[in-house]
Amino acid sequence: MNKQTPIEIDRAERTEKLQGMGCKRKRVEDIRFTQGKGNYVDDLKLPGMVFGDFVRSPHAHARIISIDTTRAKALPGVIAVLTAADLKPLGLHYMPTLAGDVQAVLAEEKVLFQNQEVAFVIAKDRYIASDATELVDVVYEALPCIVDPFKSMLPDAPILREDIKDKMVGAHGPRKHANHIFEWQIGDKAATDAIFDSAEVTIKEMLVDHRTHPSPLETCQSVASFDKIKGELTLWGTFQAPHVIRTVVSLISGLPEHKIHVIAPDIGGGFGNKVGAYAGYVCSVVGSIVLGVPVKWVEDRMENLSTTSFARDYHMTTELAATKEGKILAMRVHVLADHGAFDACADPSKWPAGFMNICTGSYDIPTAHLAVDGVYTNKASGGVAYRCSFRVTEAVFAIERAVEVLAHKLGMDAAELRIKNFIKAEQFPYHSALGWEYDSGDYHTAMKKAMDTIGYAELRKEQAEKRAAFLRGETRDIMGVGISFFTEIVGAGPSKNCDILGIAMFDSAEIRIHPTGSIIARMGTKSQGQGHETTYAQIIATELGIPADDIMIEEGNTDTAPYGLGTYGSRSTPVAGAATAVAARKIKAKAQMIAAHMLEVHEGDLEWDVDRFRVKGLPEKFKTMKEIAWSAYNSPPPNMEPGLEAVNYYEPPNMTYPFGAYFCVMDIDVDTGVAKTRRFYALDDCGTRINPMIIEGQVHGGLTEAFACAMGQEIRYDETGNVMGASFMDFFLPTAVETPHWETDFTVTPSPHHPIGAKGVGESPHVGGVPCFSNAVNDAYAFLNAGHIQMPHDAWRLWKVGERLGLHN
Amino acid sequence: MIPGSFEYHRPDSVASVVALLSKLGEEARPLAGGQSLIALMKTRLASPEHLIDLSAIADLRGIREQGNDIVIGAMTTQHDLIASEMLAKHLPIIRETALVIADPQIRYKGTLGGNVANGDPGNDMPALMQCLNAAYQLIGPKGEREVLARDFYHGAYDTALQAGEIVSAIRIPKPAAGHGYGYEKLKRKIGDYATAAAAVLITMSAGTCTSASIGLTNVSETPLWAEAAGKALVGTKLDEASIATAVAAAEAITNPASDMRGPAEYRTKMAGIMLRRALERAKSRAHG
Amino acid sequence: MAKSHITLTINGNEVEALVEPRTLLIHFLREQQNLTGAHIGCDTGHCGACTVEIDGMSVKSCMTFAIQAQGAHITTIEGVANADGTLSALQEGFRIMHGLQCGYCTPGMILRAHRLLQENPNPTEEEIRFGIAGNLCRCTGYVNIVKAIQYAAAKINGNPFLEAAQ
Repeated sequence: MNKQTPIEIDRAERTEKLQGMGCKRKRVEDIRFTQGKGNYVDDLKLPGMVFGDFVRSPHAHARIISIDTTRAKALPGVIAVLTAADLKPLGLHYMPTLAGDVQAVLAEEKVLFQNQEVAFVIAKDRYIASDATELVDVVYEALPCIVDPFKSMLPDAPILREDIKDKMVGAHGPRKHANHIFEWQIGDKAATDAIFDSAEVTIKEMLVDHRTHPSPLETCQSVASFDKIKGELTLWGTFQAPHVIRTVVSLISGLPEHKIHVIAPDIGGGFGNKVGAYAGYVCSVVGSIVLGVPVKWVEDRMENLSTTSFARDYHMTTELAATKEGKILAMRVHVLADHGAFDACADPSKWPAGFMNICTGSYDIPTAHLAVDGVYTNKASGGVAYRCSFRVTEAVFAIERAVEVLAHKLGMDAAELRIKNFIKAEQFPYHSALGWEYDSGDYHTAMKKAMDTIGYAELRKEQAEKRAAFLRGETRDIMGVGISFFTEIVGAGPSKNCDILGIAMFDSAEIRIHPTGSIIARMGTKSQGQGHETTYAQIIATELGIPADDIMIEEGNTDTAPYGLGTYGSRSTPVAGAATAVAARKIKAKAQMIAAHMLEVHEGDLEWDVDRFRVKGLPEKFKTMKEIAWSAYNSPPPNMEPGLEAVNYYEPPNMTYPFGAYFCVMDIDVDTGVAKTRRFYALDDCGTRINPMIIEGQVHGGLTEAFACAMGQEIRYDETGNVMGASFMDFFLPTAVETPHWETDFTVTPSPHHPIGAKGVGESPHVGGVPCFSNAVNDAYAFLNAGHIQMPHDAWRLWKVGERLGLHN
Repeated sequence: MIPGSFEYHRPDSVASVVALLSKLGEEARPLAGGQSLIALMKTRLASPEHLIDLSAIADLRGIREQGNDIVIGAMTTQHDLIASEMLAKHLPIIRETALVIADPQIRYKGTLGGNVANGDPGNDMPALMQCLNAAYQLIGPKGEREVLARDFYHGAYDTALQAGEIVSAIRIPKPAAGHGYGYEKLKRKIGDYATAAAAVLITMSAGTCTSASIGLTNVSETPLWAEAAGKALVGTKLDEASIATAVAAAEAITNPASDMRGPAEYRTKMAGIMLRRALERAKSRAHG
Repeated sequence: MAKSHITLTINGNEVEALVEPRTLLIHFLREQQNLTGAHIGCDTGHCGACTVEIDGMSVKSCMTFAIQAQGAHITTIEGVANADGTLSALQEGFRIMHGLQCGYCTPGMILRAHRLLQENPNPTEEEIRFGIAGNLCRCTGYVNIVKAIQYAAAKINGNPFLEAAQ
């Protein structure tokens, strides 16, 4: 490497000082978090604040015969007990969901899932509130319940949603049955069917992405404080989308938005759990409006797991048609979607099945058809996007399992089959058969890098030897190599197809430079641990040449932050990150004019150099952004507005499509069913990388959640609708002991339509990870012709596979 | 999440505890480490009106040798058991078992007495105590008595403890020097109750098993002392055939619950596998 | 329910308070003492977000009553920084190695790591993972938490920290 010139050294030093894009800037947030000085909702104490808690139904499906609140109200310290009867005159006993349905806030005539909210007790403190919930006497008449979505549409199925039974047209079209919610179709059915009818090879498999829950470590909570004098509501809460909450609260309360102040402070993890509105938020608001004092609601873990929105519960009949050489010709998928008692799915409004139509994945599949039927059951409502954009975990699980099933049928290596069908680099932007335009990708390069690094050929050789040893009775372990090559779709999204309750899914950034050269910037997104205070500053630092440490980032206060749609679906970097860059460039353009004026040259004579505008050919004549900032307030050019700031509302032209190649090596003890992950390698391509340290952290976290989901994390119901797994005793959250060691790697294929080429990465590891683990398990048993093994892969379930295969004799 | 109300007592002597329990009757519960009881109280599955905190009673702590026995005070924590050099020397199986109970924080507070006294079939120490032929020293209004661990458990949460009694200490006969031991626990994740677990204590002489005692955890309503399985090993070389016989005998007495750890038939088979692995471990450790 | 008077030491300060017997220590610390660093993440004593140190032991403060802490010495996250106000080796290590994201498990994790390093000043990776098995994290996947603790151990012991993949 050549020795650097003094100019280059100087440039490198100035760049380093900025701590801008691409460097492992240490996080701003950590200063307060490591000292226990975070501000989470339950840390909030306001004068006169009281506490609310719910009475919940023990039944999965029952009529409410009577509710007697006398004993509860008589307990000293109890201030009020709300029931549906109190909310109904305000029109608040139901609230709209993001999916075009309505959801009960407090149950009126019947309850539809175990632990559904029936009454809200408000008391002086949380201990008294808890006591009082035991003193509300509710008489129920139990009804037969439905917990199997395949039974929801049987002719004799009990009607669950009596409140909408006369509405046979729902938000997404006609309903086929009282328990049917929507049917959604996309693709060319006739062409797809024709290909399947004549294909040389087809596979068909029921793939279940089982019900689970995002379970962030902090549960959902809110503090509502209504000022009766001013007629203004301040609402603190665990809100991934604070502005949307403000709009929703305005719609349901009748208060205008300018009199509602929503503040999302520090949030202890979201993962999609904290996007939508919950009964607790509404009841705390109503309580405060009625009582005129702040009302706090904090749910406990069991409430969180059993009543806030679940994730997944997709039953996907998945088919591929191919030539006998392994060229995939078509894909056909039918999904039965179990939404529980209310469709509280957090999707953009035109997409009742989210972006399930990304299910053709990383492969050039010319023809496809997808149909989704959503149904009601007596379970908690939802489902949310658990670290997966919208249903992308489901879609990627379907295609990545399906290609392995196909590979097995063809007797082909699963990596080879994938490579044969990859969309080629020269095909981008690629138009998928189900309607998406993938922005960029180089799958072959990523796959080769991953396979070389993991030593794929050696692994298959080792596996072959171990299989032979197993068949000879020399070992009781079987080895699996799991692969996942996923394409994610994130960064919702363009207004032509993405809106939440009618608000287009742009996002925003407002940047203001102060006279002495430091910056405050606010975005419409809301971090729950992704490090936005650190990373947005890095974007601005590089764009504007002001050190990141001199840039304050704020999110979450709807009074000050420009309107945004929040953080979920990995959309912060693609949308608000873009807005940040565009706003910064507006400022930079103005700064260039100011610099030209200061240097008495024409704008075109200036070039940008890290943190300053220099006169071309005269390097000693320059003005730094800091100097320009002062000048903007001190002596702006004639006819130019003073100050130095800009706002951008960014309408993304497309989603972004991060992708990755993941490999998992697993060893399974067939006698106990215990699986051990020997190695996990994740190569991610998220386009331009803003902070490699934070990207790596996101990958570690997403893989851990993928591991948990694939290997045992589930919410189940027994046949009488009792929820199981709703505590940390049974809900599988791995500790540091079970969690494998993660190896990360990357390639960089920038997004051509994004101002800084970045795609977002938060959810990729989860989307790509789940099928990788499941494929590893399935691959382990494949040589024994086990057929498709459903997740979750608990030890006892794998033992049962062994039983079925006669391995234990 | 929030327990019901109760009155709190913190006596400083065993005699005061017994007097209080007698006076307050059924609505009083002793509080040892609290890691089981407080969890129950938070869900309101238990709502005692009185809690009698045993933590101020020095007599209930400590590990001492007493002739051929080791006597462990009921309030000795799992952490103390793990740290004890005396136990490491004479009863290393105790440390091995304590290390697979719960997590570091719970082990700092959870006690041996608390783990053996309440009859929770999920606890690990009861089957180990049966394996070791431990005796529980009880004290109550009628005075002191001893009940063998093997006689103590009648059903889930149903023990020989009478009204007003507490476990004050656990007396364990020292196994012979050179004994082989092993506690093998299958669990969904660290800190979980056992899907199935086996405690094994053996002695060997010139390659032949001279004694064998087996305890099984969480595969029935009570801990199980697998007497027949143990007998089947005595006089054998602990070869495959005799181990298979012992495993079959152990499986035969299991009656596990089906729960989220797995169906009953899985847990029975896992008890057998844990026993097998514990035996292999014990064999490798035995001198003789 | 009549309240009881307790006296104890928190972060070196003597504290006197009135508590109901059933008041959980976590609520006492957060609500009566305004020490909101320790957090509540579950109902069943599994997550460890409430971990503090009591008399040299790592304790889940949601699984003990405040009244049981009569006469005890408690350290919370608010008392972990160095005497001169600078961040402790663990706090620094968590930041340098990116051992936290949402920050919710962090106070409990740091308190537990603090006691772990007293028990075992030079733990292996396996010993660290076993040593924090009572603390759940949903964000980090633990790899960087292990590195943070290794960083702190090295710093406390005066050894240079060899960072494997930096």
